Amino acid sequence: AYREGGDGVWMELTEGVVNDARYAAGYLASGVRSMKILSPLSNFSSQIRALSGISGVAHDKMTDKAVFTRDKVLTIHTMNPTVKKVEYAVRGPIVQRAVQIEKELKEGVKKPFTEVIKANIGDAHAMGQQPITFFRQVLALCSYPELLKDNMFPEDAKNRARRILQACGGSSIGAYSASQGIECVRQDVARYIECRDGGVPCDPDNIYLTTGASDGIVTMLKLLVCGEGPTRTGVMISIPQYPLYSAALAELAAVQVNYYLNEDKCWSMDVSELERSLSEARKYCNPKALCVINPGNPTGQVQSRQCIEDVIRFAAKEHLFLMADEVYQDNVYAEGCQFHSFKKVLFEMGPQYSNTVELASFHSTSKCYMGECGFRGGYMEVINMDPEVKAQLTKLVSVRLCPPVPGQALMDLVVNSPKPGEPSYNNFMKERTATLSLLAEKAKLTKEILNTVPGITCNPVQGAMYSFPKISLPEKAIKEAKALGQAPDMFYCMKMLEETGICLVPGSGFGQKEGTYHFRMTILPPTDKLKILLAKVKEFHQKFTKQYS
Amino acid sequence: MNKRHYIRNSSQDLRLFRWFSAKQCALPTPKMTENGLGHREKVLNMNTMNPNVKRVEYAVRGPIVQRAVQIEKELKEGVKKPFSEVIKANIGDAHAMGQKPITFFRQVVALCAYPDLLEDNKFPDDAKNRARRILQSCGGGSLGAYSASTGIEVIRQDVARYIEKRDGGIPSNPDNIYLSTGASDAIVTMLKLLTSGEGKTRSGVMISIPQYPLYSAALAELAAVQISYYLDEDKCWGLDVSELRRAVEAAREHCKPRALCIINPGNPTGQVQSRQCIEDVIRFAAEERLFLMADEVYQDNVYAEGCQFHSFKKVLFEMGPEYSNTVELASFHSTSKCYMGECGFRGGYMEVINMDPQVKLQLTKLVSVRLCPPIPGQVLLDLVVNPPRPDEPSYATFIKERTANLEILAEKAKLTEQIFNTVSGIRCNPVQGAMYTFPRLTLPEKAIAAAKEKGQAPDMFYCMKLLEETGICLVPGSGFGQRDGTHHFRMTILPATEKLKIVLENIRAFHKRFTEEFS
Repeated sequence: AYREGGDGVWMELTEGVVNDARYAAGYLASGVRSMKILSPLSNFSSQIRALSGISGVAHDKMTDKAVFTRDKVLTIHTMNPTVKKVEYAVRGPIVQRAVQIEKELKEGVKKPFTEVIKANIGDAHAMGQQPITFFRQVLALCSYPELLKDNMFPEDAKNRARRILQACGGSSIGAYSASQGIECVRQDVARYIECRDGGVPCDPDNIYLTTGASDGIVTMLKLLVCGEGPTRTGVMISIPQYPLYSAALAELAAVQVNYYLNEDKCWSMDVSELERSLSEARKYCNPKALCVINPGNPTGQVQSRQCIEDVIRFAAKEHLFLMADEVYQDNVYAEGCQFHSFKKVLFEMGPQYSNTVELASFHSTSKCYMGECGFRGGYMEVINMDPEVKAQLTKLVSVRLCPPVPGQALMDLVVNSPKPGEPSYNNFMKERTATLSLLAEKAKLTKEILNTVPGITCNPVQGAMYSFPKISLPEKAIKEAKALGQAPDMFYCMKMLEETGICLVPGSGFGQKEGTYHFRMTILPPTDKLKILLAKVKEFHQKFTKQYS
Repeated sequence: MNKRHYIRNSSQDLRLFRWFSAKQCALPTPKMTENGLGHREKVLNMNTMNPNVKRVEYAVRGPIVQRAVQIEKELKEGVKKPFSEVIKANIGDAHAMGQKPITFFRQVVALCAYPDLLEDNKFPDDAKNRARRILQSCGGGSLGAYSASTGIEVIRQDVARYIEKRDGGIPSNPDNIYLSTGASDAIVTMLKLLTSGEGKTRSGVMISIPQYPLYSAALAELAAVQISYYLDEDKCWGLDVSELRRAVEAAREHCKPRALCIINPGNPTGQVQSRQCIEDVIRFAAEERLFLMADEVYQDNVYAEGCQFHSFKKVLFEMGPEYSNTVELASFHSTSKCYMGECGFRGGYMEVINMDPQVKLQLTKLVSVRLCPPIPGQVLLDLVVNPPRPDEPSYATFIKERTANLEILAEKAKLTEQIFNTVSGIRCNPVQGAMYTFPRLTLPEKAIAAAKEKGQAPDMFYCMKLLEETGICLVPGSGFGQRDGTHHFRMTILPATEKLKIVLENIRAFHKRFTEEFS
């Protein structure tokens, strides 16, 4: 009778209870989780019970637990605990605040600056770098093959597009590719590596195309993780590091094993430090892999050939799987510095190394002179991988079907760029060289200007796209940061963002020796803007130091 | 323990020799003494690799597909076979099977990739306008910049408007939209969030049997517990709440069931859920406190008369606030299926409903580690949710292409069912939606015995033989799960109609031959 008589009444009542119950659920979720809290809520639960009897919505299961039923299934307490431990400073709280400030500016809120400059992430195009014409022509042709009939495109662009399309299912970049990547692209990658490494052979079967380098790195780390407690896999990463590594290790519940780069020696890597770190780690985990980023992110150093040899010897001796993150391989600016791939050095060290040391090296379309981050193109090459494990790797990547095909196409263009004699060659070289020499100029400029600021010391930016200067912070500032529960360099960067609109990433997001403070800044803004930015950083630092002295 | 392996074969001996010589000349370190020998084993081998990865299986690209690729190579090299080409009916890859892309979509993607084309007068204005709008929302006006990790904001807004329209006005908040790298990416991310606990408190996730093996693969990798509920083949692969209840109750004894996954329209089974059935499922999820995951990537692929796609979101909201305010739901869509079939772009999105705000922050953080979904895929998704409007120049062509694709699929769905049901020993439910048929096979006892002898599932044995004899590549039912003692295969309905007829005829002939051979 109740139900027949008044659906409307019932609805109203239910909504009331639901709201109360949701309030209660929120109350519970907010951290007060003792059992005592149950008693004042029992009223709601009996109401719900009464109602469910009437409405037929819920059956006998909805009894005493009804109030809890209003709590979410997926809460901060029931979610995957390893995900909670993940941190990724490059897009962390400071960047979220920067986005907010941008919105405020748009809404007309007055600030002591007119725009936010995001120097937090290596995103070249966002900073105004233009794409390589040839690459984009081929991509347009692949996307809309009707354009192949158009005479506005050079022949070499058309030929590349035809070749890529022929290798796609149904001649469309809309078809899935093989999970490892399009075969002819993998062949081109292999030829590129051979050419780069002075003829050291490369087998296309060892090439896996990826969704950016990040994807390849996470996949390799995933393969490496096993064991529990003291046998849990440990992975050695540099400090400072690119936080993808720490984030992936946290998610996989692997053990992060830190080795420190030597800031006084231009962020170089020292085998004795590797040894120290490893022997400590062996007490509580099973170190199985060593990750190296060369050229360095965030630290910008370029490893010498000798250093790479030492690292390989160390990995061989200590039975470690090597992971070489070489996405900045074309970004080398300092005189006397040169990029040496781990693969090349490994093979030059002779068969006792090249037949045994397991290596995965990573590259991407996102950095170097092309900066095509949005396409998420990349590859990894695996050397000396156990064939059974390789089969497992191939199976694992097949679950995600394939890396994005436009990114694969772009990767192909990077490794198979216009050749001398082809119509697009000159223009390609002009664009490529211009971008790289601008970066070199900005690397120098950044270091020079930052080093004129008392309290900031900056190593030369030998390569990559970042400077990672050390900042000395007054005691008072450190205290105030601690009172706020912030890392001192987070406090510093947040204040800089609020006062100048410049968005940097605090050193604490990358790791640093205790008691030291840094920030990471990209060198990517256009030269004129970079100069303004550096002047503002200088001014801010002086003001900040004065304010807290 | 290591020493067991170090002298296994001659090549290893040789490497051992090299190692000793290396030791003497180049590696004079104290650590290399007793332990040195053990080092000949790989750091990363089958015994030391992630055990969860070993458990992952993904039949859609499994051994049978690998063999198909091999056969293709053999054909190219001139090896003689009883067929001239391999037909891959194993995967829902429309373009690979000859479906043409939607012209408008590709025009806009080309314009975005190479904005100089905006000066060209061969592109319609609506395509140019879409391209300009998208480029304006990209960093530096370039597809090459990273986007926000949840996806480009205007695209998330377009997705929300699309969902509102689809669902008859039920509001959708762009903040609940996460763009993804295909639907797979988002599904794995959600499952990852849901996995916790150990032993009896380990998260259990309910998936249908048969299922799309992404689910079982992801659960294996996450070491979550797979809870199987069976679809009812006799009722056109219908979903029955009493079966859900049986499954969840059985599972409660050994794990903590936390999520229920539904694929609608169904993959591999092609059923389209009725509105009533969806309501029952939602009620069940509410009662049993389960997080709902609705895989709706085939939402435009509905062919059977009387069938209609109902989104879980819409039904949830029509059930009133006691459900729409509480039941947690994630629904998934992609650019890979429907009428567009743009698999290679890896575009997709998920919408989350009633997600705990703190968990949402964690989700946003988690996706930020991978920086962003591929921008060309985001662009394509934007075009799917914001296609040409009736007053725009590209509208007529767009509708023509879209309708043609969907009509041909409907025709092929019917054709497939009809022909299969003429074969004795093959029984096929109607393909109400999606892109697959999942017929049941009667296999002779002798064939089953022969398969077992080879250590193969009987339907794997069948499909492998079919591949070798006819060049047709299907996926055995065992890769999707099926009731014990039943055998199936999954076949896509995507080959061009003429080719599909030949495929069906060849399967008919093969099945007859196979049955005779093993009788």
